[in-house]
Amino acid sequence: MDSMESQIAEWRAYVANAPGVNGHDVDELEDHLRHQIAELNAAGLTADEGFLIAVKRLGDLDGLSREFAREHSGRLWKQLLSGDEGEPAHLSSGWFETLVFAVTAAVAVQAARLAADAPDEEPNWLVRNASLFVLPFLAAYFARRRQLDTRRWVLTAAPFALAALVVNLYPWGADSATEVLVALHLPVVLWFAVAYPYMGGMVRSHERRMDFVRFTGEWFIYYVLIALGGGVLMGLTAAILDPTGVDVDRIAEWVLPSGAVGAVIVAAWLVESKQRVVENMAPVLTMLFTPLFAVMLAGAAVVYAVTGVGGAFDRELLGTFDALLLVVLGLVLYGMSARDPSTSPEWMDAIQLVAVVSALVLDVMVLGAMIARIGDLGFTPNRTAALGLNLVLLVNLAGAAWLSARFLTRRSRLHRLERWQTTYLPVFAVWAATVVVILPPLFAFS
Amino acid sequence: MHIDKDLVAASATPLVLAILADGESYGYAILKRVRALSAGELVWTDGMIYPLLHRLRRLGYVTTEWRTPPEGRRRKYYTITNDGRAALADQQRQWVAVSRALNDVWPGSGGVLTALGEA
Repeated sequence: MDSMESQIAEWRAYVANAPGVNGHDVDELEDHLRHQIAELNAAGLTADEGFLIAVKRLGDLDGLSREFAREHSGRLWKQLLSGDEGEPAHLSSGWFETLVFAVTAAVAVQAARLAADAPDEEPNWLVRNASLFVLPFLAAYFARRRQLDTRRWVLTAAPFALAALVVNLYPWGADSATEVLVALHLPVVLWFAVAYPYMGGMVRSHERRMDFVRFTGEWFIYYVLIALGGGVLMGLTAAILDPTGVDVDRIAEWVLPSGAVGAVIVAAWLVESKQRVVENMAPVLTMLFTPLFAVMLAGAAVVYAVTGVGGAFDRELLGTFDALLLVVLGLVLYGMSARDPSTSPEWMDAIQLVAVVSALVLDVMVLGAMIARIGDLGFTPNRTAALGLNLVLLVNLAGAAWLSARFLTRRSRLHRLERWQTTYLPVFAVWAATVVVILPPLFAFS
Repeated sequence: MHIDKDLVAASATPLVLAILADGESYGYAILKRVRALSAGELVWTDGMIYPLLHRLRRLGYVTTEWRTPPEGRRRKYYTITNDGRAALADQQRQWVAVSRALNDVWPGSGGVLTALGEA
């Protein structure tokens, strides 16, 4: 029977290596295998024969692993690279393509800057169009990687073409507030446009949407890491070249934008090809910052509830609050995307609920102050955009709070909460697009 | 008789839910029950039942528990939930509608509805 055990152990090791299959699955499959072997032995087969037939009946590992991976796409994500320690091969795949796209994007930005006479001049059109010099390259990069067909290439390009038309054909007034709003919201709209090629056109799939949320979070982490490294490099370069009389600032003015743009593509490539490093880091980061943000938010909610919000909310503070709420939402979304959806509630979920409820309270207070302000002074483009954003956030946070409370009390599944967030994602895109396309004509481009 | 792959896939969820509605069970036993119910005509690759069960769990149709029966090894048991029963009832309505339609265009073939017990 010893040879039997070693055969099963070998089989276990083999199955455990398949993508999408984790330790518990192997346990479950092993139980199945042993059951089958026992039954076959009872029917008169030898141990070896029983083993062979039982393994054969379980099905070929490729197909099985594919089914597991389809069901647990989050898990596959984690294991994308963990097979066979074959890292170098994976990391080198596609680096040339990435480099071409990164350099092209950097050249596009520099060409635009040259045309605009930057850095001496910084005309509005350059600021307004900034994201249009970068994100189309990211979209094209994904469209190529996903090998989209012609129809999907056209659908990928359409939002960018539309955005370029809208942003450049609208007759902006001097010192236009709507123009600033467009410059702020266009990157968001275009980021959602990148989601289309990223998901390979399957925008209806909730799993793919969650993948995109995960991608966004990890891309952000990589981007920050690259920016930090780039900052150190620039600082050291400046320190070394300064004594030689080289105009360091002049160099930085050209290197910095190229690096910032190229890093957008490179970070995307790193997320695509090198999951595992972040895989270890991402859950740790969310676990670290979710409680800290929860404490900070709860504190802020209490303080503002006690002192009242009346005069405290000027325009700048409103902006800060919106940024804070967005960060909380990002943290919650990203934490969710990194979580195993089939586990039961843990203390982290309770902490997350505290963060969401506090954010909700703050949002309600901000909304109250904002509505009072609009009642006194009327609508302006800025107030309308802020009001809309806060309403969009309010609905999202309320839904998230309700569903995670139900999840914590075990009256609902995490699945519902995930569905709520992935269903809600287009609302953000639609709102940002509204600010870009509809708000300016509404306020006569003032 | 060879049953079409799509048909096997479509009937898998209601079959498994229906078996679990009779009481908790585990992968191997569910599979054996399916084989017995279909007189061996409905055959899946054994392993495929697990991704299916995991999907049912994610949807909240079943709950799972690892238990060690007195005589044996640690094993994962699946129990149907109320959501699962609701989903099963819904599936039954759909299958009855389909088989009724088939029965009407195939007069005399009989037995489809009786097999489903008019839900």
